[in-house]
Amino acid sequence: MSFLEIENLQKRFARTTAVEQVQLEVTRGEFVSFLGPSGCGKTTTLRIIAGFESPSSGAIRLDGVDITHRPPHQRNVGMVFQSYALFPNMTVAENVGFGLKVAKKPADDIKQRVEEMLNLIKLPALGNRYPYQLSGGQQQRVALARALAIRPQVLLLDEPLSALDAKIRVSLRLEIRSIQRELGITTIYVTHDQEEALSLSDRIVVMSEGRVEQIGTPFEIYNFPRTSFVASFVGTLNILRGRVADPARGAIVIDGQEIVASRGLEHVRTGDVCSVALRPEIVSLGEAAGNGNRMQGTVEDVNFLGSIVRIRVRFKDNAISLDTFNNPSLSLPQRGQALTVSFPREAVLALEAPSST
Amino acid sequence: MKPRRLGAWLLIVFGVLYFFVPLLGTFEFSLRLLRGVYSVAAYRIVLADPRFAATVTYSTVLALATIVVGVALVVPTAYWIQLRLPRMRPVVEFITLLPLVIPAIVLVFGYLRIYNSSSALPLTGSARTTDLLLMFSYVTLALPYMYRAVDNGLRAIDVRTLTEAAQSLGAGWSTILLRVILPNVRVAVLSGAFLTFAIVIGEFTMASLLDRPAFGPYLQLIGANRAYEPAALSIISFAITWACMGFIQVFGRGAPGQVAGAH
Repeated sequence: MSFLEIENLQKRFARTTAVEQVQLEVTRGEFVSFLGPSGCGKTTTLRIIAGFESPSSGAIRLDGVDITHRPPHQRNVGMVFQSYALFPNMTVAENVGFGLKVAKKPADDIKQRVEEMLNLIKLPALGNRYPYQLSGGQQQRVALARALAIRPQVLLLDEPLSALDAKIRVSLRLEIRSIQRELGITTIYVTHDQEEALSLSDRIVVMSEGRVEQIGTPFEIYNFPRTSFVASFVGTLNILRGRVADPARGAIVIDGQEIVASRGLEHVRTGDVCSVALRPEIVSLGEAAGNGNRMQGTVEDVNFLGSIVRIRVRFKDNAISLDTFNNPSLSLPQRGQALTVSFPREAVLALEAPSST
Repeated sequence: MKPRRLGAWLLIVFGVLYFFVPLLGTFEFSLRLLRGVYSVAAYRIVLADPRFAATVTYSTVLALATIVVGVALVVPTAYWIQLRLPRMRPVVEFITLLPLVIPAIVLVFGYLRIYNSSSALPLTGSARTTDLLLMFSYVTLALPYMYRAVDNGLRAIDVRTLTEAAQSLGAGWSTILLRVILPNVRVAVLSGAFLTFAIVIGEFTMASLLDRPAFGPYLQLIGANRAYEPAALSIISFAITWACMGFIQVFGRGAPGQVAGAH
């Protein structure tokens, strides 16, 4: 049974619709990420759940109770902000204990809970410090402890790692996930960073222009994107344009070379223009065994990216990037060199409904 | 020394002379009550005058009341404008500037016309209610300084996010204002409070026309009738004002993470 229900949520500002018909059911203890570019409505949706914005229509139910019109301080929802939002006039311990003090909990209980939370975020010795005496990563951990101290029913995180540098971002996101698992708290996480969403979430809600594009597990979102937006936003993608040769077989001709897609061409006709997508890591150099697709091209560029090498191969009008793992014995192709690339039929994603020409 | 630097130094010296020579002259004059020797006799006379203590006490009490009412009025207003009504900011700023462009004498005649003893709200009918009227008129007079100080303090913190963080932790409006916002603009509020104190302690026009026993009218009375004591009183007034400025500097530094307002 769903723990948090978002039903037909809509938010209109003066002339724009920020959130349109968002529908989502989150089970207890689930980690769900809202992923999308700036202005896609993910933060507005989160703010509506928190109670900072009221929806134009729709409803939010938490554990079966309608909280749509409840003020934020009566929702029992913990929130972590991008800018940490620690109270500068209070010490770390006072920040963490603030919600409990507001709830008029006994002083001993507050002290015990604050210690518990500081241990949870691995900062037990910093209770007497002020926020300005902490690093960004430490401040965000304190903000997380503060949000969790009140034992919220749902934890909301609004791009909590965006202001941190790359290394801390990775370590803190692992910490967030492990704390979430330890406490089993239902969590909604907003991010524009696909890697963050893919690595953290049980499910991802991809949003664009206020609408939900796709809801699925990270595996589904990455491997089986339903729309061209999801396909292009999540991960790096090669888009190839061609013409349908035989819909029954899934055959498409791209720059004079025929490839076969195992699905997605059910509703097209011969001669239709269509776009297909391919992940760079699914394409290999040389001829693969079996009945996979093969294309002949010329090396346009070779980029060394550390652990991987990205090779760009041009066919005619279309080009493709492929990734290969770096190793010292790898012999890299030269620019201008003719070569064959191969990829499985199942990896070809037909993206859009083709238009007849 | 480079000519430009020399010019700057000359300007500084000119400024210092312009401000301090009259002050030194006044101070020197205040010490000449006894013929032939410098003494603090004028200060002794002034400090021994019961009217001095009475008027200073009266003005101090009124200044403190003005600060309390001013803070209670300005902090929630500036906070709400910052949080919910940012479009109203120019309008409110214009209103808070009005006491600077409308002379105090015009304001006080307006008060007398509206609140006289035969009006619907006869605040000038008794001494206590006139004190109340005077206090509110001081709140108006100090509004440009208090509002700017508090507004600058609020602009320097992320009011919206702090408010939302407190709300998500279960805090209502009064808790947010008293435990989160006010402590974080404490330094700015103190700056506004000291400026208000400095203004009220020497104010003459309103207190005189409302016929209240404040320090300003006492200063004028002594100045009209005595020679050396007014000079001593001027120096005492300066000392009070400078003490206020000094407090602003001391508290204006604040703790790290605390925000000062306009000085």
